[in-house]
Amino acid sequence: MTSQSSDPVTGGPAVAGEPVSADEANAAVVARRLSQRRIRAQHVRDYGIVVFAIALFIYFSVASPAFATGQNLLNLVNQNATVGIAGCAVTLTIIAGNFDLSLGAIFVLSEVLAAYVAVHWGVWWAFPVALAAGSVMGLINGLLVTKLHVNAFLATLATALSFGGIAAGVTHGGLLITPQGSVFTFIGQTRVVGVQYPVIIFAVVAIILQLVLSYTVFGRHLYGVGDNRNAARLSGLKVDRTVIITFVVTGGACGLAGLIDASTTGSGSSLTAGLAGQLALLAIAGVALGGSSIFGGVGSVWRTVLGVLMLGMITNGFNLLAVTPYWQDIVRGLLIIIAVAISLAVDRR
Amino acid sequence: MSTATSSPIRLVSIGKRYSGTKALDDVSVEVAGGTVHALVGANGAGKSTLGKVIGGVIRPDDGQLFIDGHPVRYTSPREARIDGIATIAQELSPLPHMSVIENVYFGIEPRRYGLVQWRRLRAQYDELLTQWGFELNGNVKVGGLRTADKQKVEILRAVASDARVIVMDEPTSSLTSVETTTLHRMIRSLRESGRTIIYVSHFLDEVLDLADTVTVLRSGRLVRTAPVAEETEESLVAGMFGAAEAAEHFEKPQRSTAPVVLGVSGLNRKGVLADISLQIRAGEIVGLAGLVGSGRSELARAIAGADPIDSGTIAVDGSTRRIRSSADAIAAGMAFLPESRKDDGLFLELSLAANTTFADLRTVASRMGILRLSVERAKTSSLLKMLSVEPPVSSAKAANLSGGNQQKVLFARWLFRNPRLLILDEPTRGVDVSARAAIHRLINKLAAEGTAVLMISSEIEEVLGLAHRVLVMRRGSIIREFSADPPLEAVMEAAFGLGGGATA
Repeated sequence: MTSQSSDPVTGGPAVAGEPVSADEANAAVVARRLSQRRIRAQHVRDYGIVVFAIALFIYFSVASPAFATGQNLLNLVNQNATVGIAGCAVTLTIIAGNFDLSLGAIFVLSEVLAAYVAVHWGVWWAFPVALAAGSVMGLINGLLVTKLHVNAFLATLATALSFGGIAAGVTHGGLLITPQGSVFTFIGQTRVVGVQYPVIIFAVVAIILQLVLSYTVFGRHLYGVGDNRNAARLSGLKVDRTVIITFVVTGGACGLAGLIDASTTGSGSSLTAGLAGQLALLAIAGVALGGSSIFGGVGSVWRTVLGVLMLGMITNGFNLLAVTPYWQDIVRGLLIIIAVAISLAVDRR
Repeated sequence: MSTATSSPIRLVSIGKRYSGTKALDDVSVEVAGGTVHALVGANGAGKSTLGKVIGGVIRPDDGQLFIDGHPVRYTSPREARIDGIATIAQELSPLPHMSVIENVYFGIEPRRYGLVQWRRLRAQYDELLTQWGFELNGNVKVGGLRTADKQKVEILRAVASDARVIVMDEPTSSLTSVETTTLHRMIRSLRESGRTIIYVSHFLDEVLDLADTVTVLRSGRLVRTAPVAEETEESLVAGMFGAAEAAEHFEKPQRSTAPVVLGVSGLNRKGVLADISLQIRAGEIVGLAGLVGSGRSELARAIAGADPIDSGTIAVDGSTRRIRSSADAIAAGMAFLPESRKDDGLFLELSLAANTTFADLRTVASRMGILRLSVERAKTSSLLKMLSVEPPVSSAKAANLSGGNQQKVLFARWLFRNPRLLILDEPTRGVDVSARAAIHRLINKLAAEGTAVLMISSEIEEVLGLAHRVLVMRRGSIIREFSADPPLEAVMEAAFGLGGGATA
């Protein structure tokens, strides 16, 4: 530090015989350097995950010639579109300091209801009903968390059970087959300029939600609520309303994801064994892997997109390499732990 | 307890870096056993860091710590405890759901066959109290205690585990002056028993009054270690800042007879506030004095809509406003700086810009709610510069600022709105001398511009120094009103319920 004492940062007149101005200059230099360093440390956390994703991508590209083909990559995104949509939406809930374990159940019940109305009322009904059903389920979660003060973890665990139960009731535990070749299966089974509709919807949802987070008053409120709820309230924010909206958005997005799945499979299934059972876990894992804080206040939608796609990449790449599925799960689990540990380590410095 | 012996602590060339900045740089200090050794310095000077090095909370990067002449290298506070060094942190961390006794003896309970011997424990606790002349019910839960009592718990815990050295980091920053006196009495008796106290504080009068030796730090470096007898408040300030900063004595602008901005009448909240009525005029600074628990913070929170009220009216600029939330209060033109900036004020993970504009985002957004980030940056930057926040960088994270600068950022949030009434609860707590002076100047300036100010401070001198009028609270009521420069003794007597009748 002493070598800095002649640094002309302040440019102010030095009082003869007094080290004051030199000291103040020192302090300014230190502060400036400090802020630069912090920016650098933050960069590690911010973009470490990008480097990681690229490394993984390169590894699979080299290991399997079939990996880095346009068709395979589109399939990869398409297969993860529903998880991705749910993940992007739940990112808002998590940034605002809450949690939602009912993603899969909302997805299933929306899907089943969409199929049900498609069969009984006409296919067009599927679209509004799926979105509305998802949003209402989200609203229920939001009300439980804010008005009844039920812990978000427990509230959504409980509603997940109930929603899943209703879905099984509607389908009598089975499958509802929807009219084939109709508007209903259009989304899931056709393409525009070679790109599957779910991929496009995923991209649009992700972009909109990212823009909302970064560039709107509402987005800023979410960060504030997640970072310091009391401070947000004392700053005049209606915290409950903000929180409820995040749940409604997440519910609506899961309804959309359910609609896409129903359209892809041409059916509504209440069997939670498949994707639906894993949806909440994969989506939240994607949020964490991307580097958003599970405790709220810090995070982005693009991180979740990256996280979800990395998880998808592992499945896709390992399938191409004929690695057994249990290894995929083991690696995905380890990856999440490593990513979270790194981001916490950077934070602690 | 008789085993307590003098235990010299020697620190040689201690260095500690945080992401490139030197928090401590080549600091060597020798602490004599059985003394009170104070560490002073401005915020960020490294005094807390040095205390934490001694307590094993922080591992130094360079240098060597010697205890009783033996080199030691602690990796945790637990290891330091084994050597008899206990730390009482600035932010107390007792186990809130456990009783006082359980906290004091946590981990060192007398056991037989793996079971805690409760009866022996109680006897030990009573013995401990008589030995130290403390009074504290051992059966109550610690979570419900006041800060001063939580501190007692920590001190009892230290002596119960036979600590010979106790490191106290800003122990009086949230105590009233009476509680401070009590604490100092305890510290003196700890010293008499041969224990060594490392006393980290920015209250220079306390240091001069209490300590035997003082170490002055500036920007992580040692300025000097000297016997307190050789120091004065001026010499310490000069050491801390490198030059004798003119001791800012608050100047009061002339009192106004301007229109009433805040009118409160008949405010009640069961068990907390009783029939509060008060008025604050434009440009007037009204100080609320009283002991902790007298209802001062509660009154501030009630007016600001942070806590509910049972009855009473609040009028701003003559019109009665229904204030049931912070949003209502803000809409009425109030701004409220809460007591705890970390718990209730700052968004630590967010940028200074986000912190500054949060309460009034609409002014930096389009009607559709789209943020205009360049406008936000420009407005924030000029405000941060005006308040001399360091660094004045709108993208800096609030968590990375010192306490004084964080407090200025909170001022920025409310000044951003040009409030009619500013309610300040402990505006200079945990803030260093120069930031404190800056905040005092700012409060005076705002008042001079016509803002009405309601101010609370645990430091009665601060209230008396700034306020045009002082209201003294006791048990939820305003019991005395003093206009202009009342003698300190009179205010204290009123706060304690002594002296003359109510004139409110």
